[in-house]
Amino acid sequence: MKYRDEYRTPEAARAYAEAITRITTRPWTLMEVCGGQTNAIVRFGIDQLLPEEITLIHGPGCPVCVTPIDYIDKALEIAATPGVVLCTFGDMLRVPGTQSDLAAARARGADVRVVYSPLEALAVAREHPDCEVVFFAVGFETTAPANAMAVYQAEREGLVNFSVLVSQVLVPPAIRALLERPGNRIQGFLAAGHVCTVTGYGEYEPIADQYRVPIVVTGFEPLDILEGVYRCISQLEQGEHRVENQYSRAVRRPGNQLAQQVMETVFQVVPRQWRGMGGIPESGLGLSPEYRTFDAEARFGEVSDREEVVGECASGAVLRGEIRPDQCPAFGTRCTPEQPLGVTMVSEEGACAAYYRYRRHAGGPSDE
Amino acid sequence: MSDIHCPVTVDGQDVVTMAHGGGGRATARLLDSLFRPAFDNPWLERQHDGAVLDMAGAMAFTTDSYVVRPLFFPGSDIGAMAVHGTVNDLAMCGAEPQYLSAGFILEEGLPLTTLRQVIDSMASAARKAGVRIVTGDLKVVERGKADGLYINTAGVGRIVAADPVEPGQVRSGDRVLLSGDIGRHGIAVMAAREKLDLESAIESDCASIASPVLALLHEGIAVRCLRDLTRGGLASGLVEVAETAGLAARIQEADIPVREDVSAVCELLGLDPLHVANEGRFMAVVAPEDVDRALAILRCHRVSKAAVEIGRFQEGRAGQVTAESLIGGTRIVDRLSGEQLPRIC
Repeated sequence: MKYRDEYRTPEAARAYAEAITRITTRPWTLMEVCGGQTNAIVRFGIDQLLPEEITLIHGPGCPVCVTPIDYIDKALEIAATPGVVLCTFGDMLRVPGTQSDLAAARARGADVRVVYSPLEALAVAREHPDCEVVFFAVGFETTAPANAMAVYQAEREGLVNFSVLVSQVLVPPAIRALLERPGNRIQGFLAAGHVCTVTGYGEYEPIADQYRVPIVVTGFEPLDILEGVYRCISQLEQGEHRVENQYSRAVRRPGNQLAQQVMETVFQVVPRQWRGMGGIPESGLGLSPEYRTFDAEARFGEVSDREEVVGECASGAVLRGEIRPDQCPAFGTRCTPEQPLGVTMVSEEGACAAYYRYRRHAGGPSDE
Repeated sequence: MSDIHCPVTVDGQDVVTMAHGGGGRATARLLDSLFRPAFDNPWLERQHDGAVLDMAGAMAFTTDSYVVRPLFFPGSDIGAMAVHGTVNDLAMCGAEPQYLSAGFILEEGLPLTTLRQVIDSMASAARKAGVRIVTGDLKVVERGKADGLYINTAGVGRIVAADPVEPGQVRSGDRVLLSGDIGRHGIAVMAAREKLDLESAIESDCASIASPVLALLHEGIAVRCLRDLTRGGLASGLVEVAETAGLAARIQEADIPVREDVSAVCELLGLDPLHVANEGRFMAVVAPEDVDRALAILRCHRVSKAAVEIGRFQEGRAGQVTAESLIGGTRIVDRLSGEQLPRIC
């Protein structure tokens, strides 16, 4: 397949790995921000090709994983309301709320529909004028433009039975929050390529400057990630800290300005709670005052803003990159995709799920 | 599937009614006008409560129920699936599929034209697979209680394999052969159900795989185990066989054929082709010395003409399947957890 297979050739992967080994003189710790990158690293065994001095730690870039439990509970409450159709992306279905999840709610009779695009939810609203149709708008800057577009369209069409439950989050404030944490170990970042196709990477430049960390905008194929690591290590070894763009076949510095415009029209920047990371100022998007009538919270009550209760699940530490999933004592024993203690074990993009799927080695803590 | 030019009617009705399931005249007329002519065999002609079969020796016996939405999808339909699925399960036991039963649960309001298409498709699939549908049942449920129709088929077949064909026979060093490209059925159905607007038409691989299997057995290939790669895909097949055999398995991802369009849809939706369902694919575990001969035999049959060797069973933790990734790393291959859900971004 074009634009994919040429980024998966074993010879080129080995050549990159050797080049990285050649330039590495001391231990370095890098974080890949996006869950898609984590998945590729674990699935293809990219970290196995790297010299042992390099530690890759997995970041908070799984939109499902960082959505606060209060939003899941709100979605469940809305779904249970008679006359409501709740539309959601597929991977939200199994995310546990306090009592239940959306898949179980659907089994008990709630009208929960999986959509592939928020515009499909809009179509459901057009077809069912007698129902309240609520779209659960979750994700990073990648999903924000399409979600904003759905609201924008609804407003233009005067679709009064459509609303969105918004839990959109932004990457740069999360990177800042990680760097501000006491005991931070992260020395360089692989930034999420797809997020930057939308936002560009100008916003990352002050972060690289202020915290003196290299940030490499990186794609998702094995060779993209290896090149991202190479560029990051190369800067670190030379004492540099710039923003570089490895994913230049998709990302330009200004990003997608049309997408940014619709986001800015419909959304405004707000503080957000992140599961595992707590409250981060200016780290989320909420509907701007002109579009507030489409806010599901205005129709069904506000989401509570409680402190997260931390139980046995160490997903917070995993999301902050403080531990590897298989270092959690519950990993693979008391916590599996079928019986998850936390969201990082549920989501396709979650680091714990990726380790569970691809990394349960013989004799490890992960035996059945 | 035969061409239908005018609506099918029975007793002036063009849809299934509750009366069709009542066991009275309407039931009889539905059976006489649609089912018996399509399946056409002496057992059904006798109109007995069951079929009397003349059999001897070891037999395989299996059953499966078929629920799929939509009923028709690119490359196949629920009727052909209901025949092929059960035929293939018999073949996987090392048996020559012979007789099937068919139980139908019809939803009130189902157009008879649709029912006719499904029945014709079953009849055609059965003819091609060399099996007879010799007994059956029919029930009607109220509108809204079923997705058009559900089918259950059970089947029996004569065992032709000299040695047992089952996971317990697999030994360390045995090789894994895959009968062709994977993932087409699951993606075809998902694309049709979710109305994914794909540029390329991905057709289900739904087919009977009995003939290449029987050929392997007749030619004396040391077939240890066979597994059709339906729900759960190749990953589940490998893990289940490895668990029962008490062995580990190792495969090379680069050797697993996946069509480019299937692979592209999987990439988009975040699905692993190894987890996607097939309806006309199987893996055969054979003794290492028989690999070349087995591949040559498989490649003579249309449904397995692209057969390849993809890996081996070996000593190790029971049920652990590892894949060598395209770039040379390794990963675990596991069963799918829960249902397949497309991802956010």
